[in-house]
Amino acid sequence: MSATLDMTSLAARLGRVERRKRVRAMALTLPLLVFLALTFLVPLGALLVRAVENPEVADTLVHTGKALSGWDRKALPPDEVFQALVTDLNAMPETAQAGVLARRLNTEVSGARSLIMNTYRAKLDIASLSAAQVKDKLLEQDARWAELPYWLAIAKNSSRWTPDYLLTSLDLKRDAQGDIVKVGPEEAAFSAILLRTFSISAVVTLVCILIGYPLAFWLSTLSARRANLMMILVLLPFWTSVLVRIAAWIVLLQTNGLVNRFLMFTGLTDSPVPLLFNRLGVIIAMVHILLPFMILPLFSVMKSVPPNFVRAAVSLGSSQLAAFFRIYVPQTYPGIAAGGLLVFITSIGYYVTPALLGGAGDQMLSYYVAQYTNVEINWGMACALGSVLLITTLALYTVYRRFGKAELSLG
Amino acid sequence: MKLKPLLIALAGVLALPVLAQSTLTVVNFGGANGGAQKIAYFEPFEKTGTKIVGVEYNGEQAKIKAMVEAKKVSWDVVEVESPDVNRGCDEGLFEKMDWSKLAPKSDFQAAAVNECGVGAFVWSTVMAYNADKLKTAPVTWGDFWDTKKFPGKRGMRKGPRYNLEFALMADGVAPADVYKVLATKDGADRAFKKMTELKPNIQFWEAGAQPPQFLVAGDVVMTTAYNGRIDAAQREGKNLAITWTGGIYDLDYWVMPKGTPNKDLAMKFIAMATNPTEQAEYTKHISYGPTNNKALAKIDPKILALLPTSAANSKTALQFNITFWADQGEALEKRFAAWAAQ
Repeated sequence: MSATLDMTSLAARLGRVERRKRVRAMALTLPLLVFLALTFLVPLGALLVRAVENPEVADTLVHTGKALSGWDRKALPPDEVFQALVTDLNAMPETAQAGVLARRLNTEVSGARSLIMNTYRAKLDIASLSAAQVKDKLLEQDARWAELPYWLAIAKNSSRWTPDYLLTSLDLKRDAQGDIVKVGPEEAAFSAILLRTFSISAVVTLVCILIGYPLAFWLSTLSARRANLMMILVLLPFWTSVLVRIAAWIVLLQTNGLVNRFLMFTGLTDSPVPLLFNRLGVIIAMVHILLPFMILPLFSVMKSVPPNFVRAAVSLGSSQLAAFFRIYVPQTYPGIAAGGLLVFITSIGYYVTPALLGGAGDQMLSYYVAQYTNVEINWGMACALGSVLLITTLALYTVYRRFGKAELSLG
Repeated sequence: MKLKPLLIALAGVLALPVLAQSTLTVVNFGGANGGAQKIAYFEPFEKTGTKIVGVEYNGEQAKIKAMVEAKKVSWDVVEVESPDVNRGCDEGLFEKMDWSKLAPKSDFQAAAVNECGVGAFVWSTVMAYNADKLKTAPVTWGDFWDTKKFPGKRGMRKGPRYNLEFALMADGVAPADVYKVLATKDGADRAFKKMTELKPNIQFWEAGAQPPQFLVAGDVVMTTAYNGRIDAAQREGKNLAITWTGGIYDLDYWVMPKGTPNKDLAMKFIAMATNPTEQAEYTKHISYGPTNNKALAKIDPKILALLPTSAANSKTALQFNITFWADQGEALEKRFAAWAAQ
């Protein structure tokens, strides 16, 4: 009896000690967790929220939104809606509110910006007018109020949340009746851009593997001293500013640059090859910038591969080449996977390199995120594009994890 | 004894607030233009006892928006491009301009007078070529599109702005009608179709410094360019030339972000930078035109001939239509992205 009692109290005490240890360990990581939450999760959450948030119309055109709720969306809305709109516009205390509303509606219908601002500035006096008279007055002020798309845009955006930014990022839109349809070929840009972003990143990753693998292998066979020296050479460009390296590539690759002069001198071509301001230039520069990300993980994995397996295979009658590919290479898969993932994820976000070395058809998604942030000041759209990039990247990463695990269990 | 230097340092620190001058943060686009502004505006203004902190930016209005929204405005005077003046004014990003402290409105060009801004200078997007390499000068936008007569690549700005206007002019639309045509669906289709015609021969540029580089390196035979950049290359001895026909001129503006703590000083700076004498001095350092018409009389005729505002150069020029681009810009940018992907 007493022995079992002792046993349980011992177990309980042990459990308590363990728990205390865990709490202490947690407390040590707490600053890091708080830091991560503040600098990483909060901005990401804000990004995702901003991609669906739509307060501009709901906050300012309260009456108009209500008056539009029963509208059939096929003909011009009833006169009361015109009255509600002028009331709402006149009630705005500051120009800034009208400006924000005008910008929001202009992203839906080109021309809404000037329409809203003109009407807002006109400050129509409708104190003693009937709804029908207000309508006439508004149409007289700007005849565009007789066009349906402007009213559709207001009706569509009078709710606080919208899927529109995300739909636009996928080349979809809601039609007047609220059904999701594909946009016309003139507006369909983003799926091609997303595909381009991933295909450029995939090509860069592949080229990095093809170039980085032999180099890392050679480095791993050198003595420690020489390997360190060579490693510094690999890392040297890594410490140079990206812009400087891009400028250097422009000098090298331009029409009368060193590379083209060399090609023409050796007689490989008669006229200069276009190496810049196209896809090729972007890929060359990106591979150069990202190569260290591939070589470092590969090198560290290759250093830990014991050489006796390959020797054993050769001594058992395998050819050198077969032993290399069937024994050595599989042992470096973790390095290839880690390096590949690093390079791929980093290149997805590339912006400056394609902007300066690519043509109009070589820009990656970040370029358009920057454009919407800085030029159009349409942060909803910028956040939606960012979210799409984030979600597709996470999805790809999940697939990679599955694939990675299968690889391990097969091994 | 060892305490003495420490005491001196301490006294120095204590005296700092007394010695500190008032400072004004002025933000511009840097480059050759920033240099010209430094000589013509910053240096004379600093003689009045205010230190100017010069900051360069790339026109990102997001920075101003973020500052104003956070109510932490550290920029006092900012040079912005024309589409951003109206938009920022509408959205409450800028202080209202106090016109009572500036030269009379009638002295300025009509476009320079704005609720929230004053025109800082007039610049133009023009056709430029390397006179060493091209023996016959291209005269019209039709020539720019004529790849048989002038074989080789053309540099164009990455984006629809200016390019669609030039495309319509190349397609035979008179400068005065360009925006009327472009505002219609058919007109936009026509402009993009004309762009497609030239697409295999276009080398796009991103930054204003690139077109002169392209020309000098021989990457392109002609290009669209900001006239000041070509002027800067000419000053470095490069034989580049400008065709002014059908150029698109535009203004940059001085504005004050909403909530700047130094509004009075900022107004003083803007008043000085829009004075005839200072604006005339500015044109000596970069070939951008003055916005104050009184400055024209003070400018050397030789310099005047290089400015977008001279009678000869502005004869067939088109004024950039801010309202059109404020309304249609976003849709056309997107269509351009779709067009580029095809």
